Amino acid sequence: MGSFLLKRSGVMLLTALCLTYIVFFLTNLEPNLEKLTKSEGNMRMSDVQVQSWLEKNGYRQPLIKRYGEWLGVAPGWTRTDEEGKVTGRCIKRAEDPDNPPRYCGLLQGDWGFSLVFKNDIKEIITEKLALTGKLMLCVLAVMVPAALLIGVIAGMREGSKTDRSLSAFSILTTSTPEYVSGVIFIVVFASKLGGLRWFKGTAATAMENITFENFTLPVITLALYGVGYIARMTRASMAEVMTEQYIRTARLKGLSFSAVVMKHALRNALIAPFTVIMLQIPWLLTGVVIVETLFNYKGFGWTLVAAVGNNDIELLLACSVVAVFVVLITQLISDIGYVFLNPRIRVN
Amino acid sequence: MDRLTALEIFTRILTQFTPVWIGLLLILVVSFVFRRKLGLYGKLFGSSIGTVGLILVLFWILTALLADMIATMDPLTQISGMKNKKPGWPVSGMEGQWYLLGGDNLARDVFSRMVYGSQIVLAIAPAATIFAFMVGITLGLPAGYYGGKFDTMLSFLANLVLAFPVILLFFLLVTPEIRETGVPLVMAGVLFLFPILFFMMLFYSRFKEQTTKLYITLGITLVLGLWAYSGLAFNKDPLGVFYMDPNLLNIFVSVVFVNSPTVFRIVRGLAIDIKTRDYVAAAQTRGESPWYIMLWEVLPNARGPLIVDFCLRIGYTTILLGTLGFFGLGVTPESPDWGMTINEGRKLLAVYPHPALPPTIALMTLVLGLNLLADGLREESLRD
Repeated sequence: MGSFLLKRSGVMLLTALCLTYIVFFLTNLEPNLEKLTKSEGNMRMSDVQVQSWLEKNGYRQPLIKRYGEWLGVAPGWTRTDEEGKVTGRCIKRAEDPDNPPRYCGLLQGDWGFSLVFKNDIKEIITEKLALTGKLMLCVLAVMVPAALLIGVIAGMREGSKTDRSLSAFSILTTSTPEYVSGVIFIVVFASKLGGLRWFKGTAATAMENITFENFTLPVITLALYGVGYIARMTRASMAEVMTEQYIRTARLKGLSFSAVVMKHALRNALIAPFTVIMLQIPWLLTGVVIVETLFNYKGFGWTLVAAVGNNDIELLLACSVVAVFVVLITQLISDIGYVFLNPRIRVN
Repeated sequence: MDRLTALEIFTRILTQFTPVWIGLLLILVVSFVFRRKLGLYGKLFGSSIGTVGLILVLFWILTALLADMIATMDPLTQISGMKNKKPGWPVSGMEGQWYLLGGDNLARDVFSRMVYGSQIVLAIAPAATIFAFMVGITLGLPAGYYGGKFDTMLSFLANLVLAFPVILLFFLLVTPEIRETGVPLVMAGVLFLFPILFFMMLFYSRFKEQTTKLYITLGITLVLGLWAYSGLAFNKDPLGVFYMDPNLLNIFVSVVFVNSPTVFRIVRGLAIDIKTRDYVAAAQTRGESPWYIMLWEVLPNARGPLIVDFCLRIGYTTILLGTLGFFGLGVTPESPDWGMTINEGRKLLAVYPHPALPPTIALMTLVLGLNLLADGLREESLRD
């Protein structure tokens, strides 16, 4: 188990480095830097001025060196101009400019400064992640039990009428992406046309105060798209377990159908869905971005869109790092969980 | 002229779709009569889920093909006085014309835009999926068949792309700025080579001994392939037949890039499974070349799961394209593509919901059709 964990973490670290480097490369493309310069300096800068600004601010170093600085494994750049004034990456950011640290990057906890929100990125990210965390918690609390219930009931008696209708429902939800169901829900439940003004079509007020009225639609919209997929996986797993010999034995022993399902089938049938649910979390990220934009809930996804839209390179980088780590950690948990839950798989 | 009632709108829309109904009926009757000779496609009629899926998908394919006959208006023309008008509103200045599903924020006909939108979706999504399959198959077969270092490296790369949150990748790849840097061109240059490679290996491994056939097939592949390649990837087609708008190319390449690692993983898994079969051993004993075995023994036997995944993947790609449109990264600002229309419509959702609803329902039914079709195909292919 130890060596498995070690190897898995090693691959994860390598993946994280590669991914963040790719993101770093893609966010620091020439046109983006030019746009950044013009928004930092002024819009009417000439090409020569843009180049000299970039040169002065350390953007003209090799990409790998700048990546190292950003990560905090390479010392920040310093530069002495004609008048003998020293500028540098870490000097700008340091609390005490006369005695700046040598390294200032992600690893030192320096995430940079957001140009759009005019605030420290670490603060923004923590605040926004907390908001999105609430949303995700509600979504998982709705999605997982619903999906497991549907899957287990459908897979319990494969081919029955219940199974057919529940499977059809699952296919329907997987065919309805968030931007479709969200729009339909708003029209039906929150607009004049639908007539039923049960809920609010915006979740902007939910950032301070979550109520049933303003949070239901975003949560349901997000949960619905995922339900179908998890339910289908649970159904397949349940249907497979129900054909096993030990289930037949239990039935022949005289146990009731419900006892067989509860005591013998469920435990074995829920191994596969666990992996699926864990892997679903990064997949929810796309949904989070869509739903937060649609319902104007200013969480992590909304911030990502804002960072992209405003060419806020450092904020976008920070968001990407968080997103990449969420993906990798859920993958790791699902791998480990699968090994723990399934006695048939023994890692050497 | 008066505004149409709900019933009148409904019947008028049904009549507008007449060409589709006729086509649908013809295709279904012919396929049903000859279903015993049509293999897996014919067996589809044995499952009700599959039949419903087929009807939905055919409906949208026919709509896309016959859009000119169905649409009542031009999808881009703005008619003054029709801004945000409710469904069934008479067109000002035109006798006997209505905006069947109302007008959008720019006074265009919502119904016609929905109809023309199907053309865009049904042109890009299947094409992108085919390309993704070409890439996935060309790389996945050798990875699964040979294993070893080659496999380890490719699998790591595939996992790398898969670990990327899709939405982030799109935000980074589909921007106007990135076009200036030429990154999409490089990706297109690499990704679009795979179909040519695939067909060359396909014919080479088959006709290695028959030189005439080999030269003919390879020649045709190279001429057609490079012709299309020059036009699609670099917009340098000397005859001007193959052309892709730079923005479209950018989206297309990104969608192919996102989809191919998953296809790669599926093909690799199937190849690992199938290479242990007896017929592969028989082919190896006959002294067939590895590529012959991969392309003419392994691949045909992996077709069941691949066809099912192909249907699912077109649906997924449609959703992805919609997502792009939703964030305003769609094909062109004016185009009636469904995702873009939803994005435009959602801004006024609380006041004027009617422009956003038709494209959402269209997208949902198409994806639903594809998913049901995949489900029916899976059921039927498992049966034998």
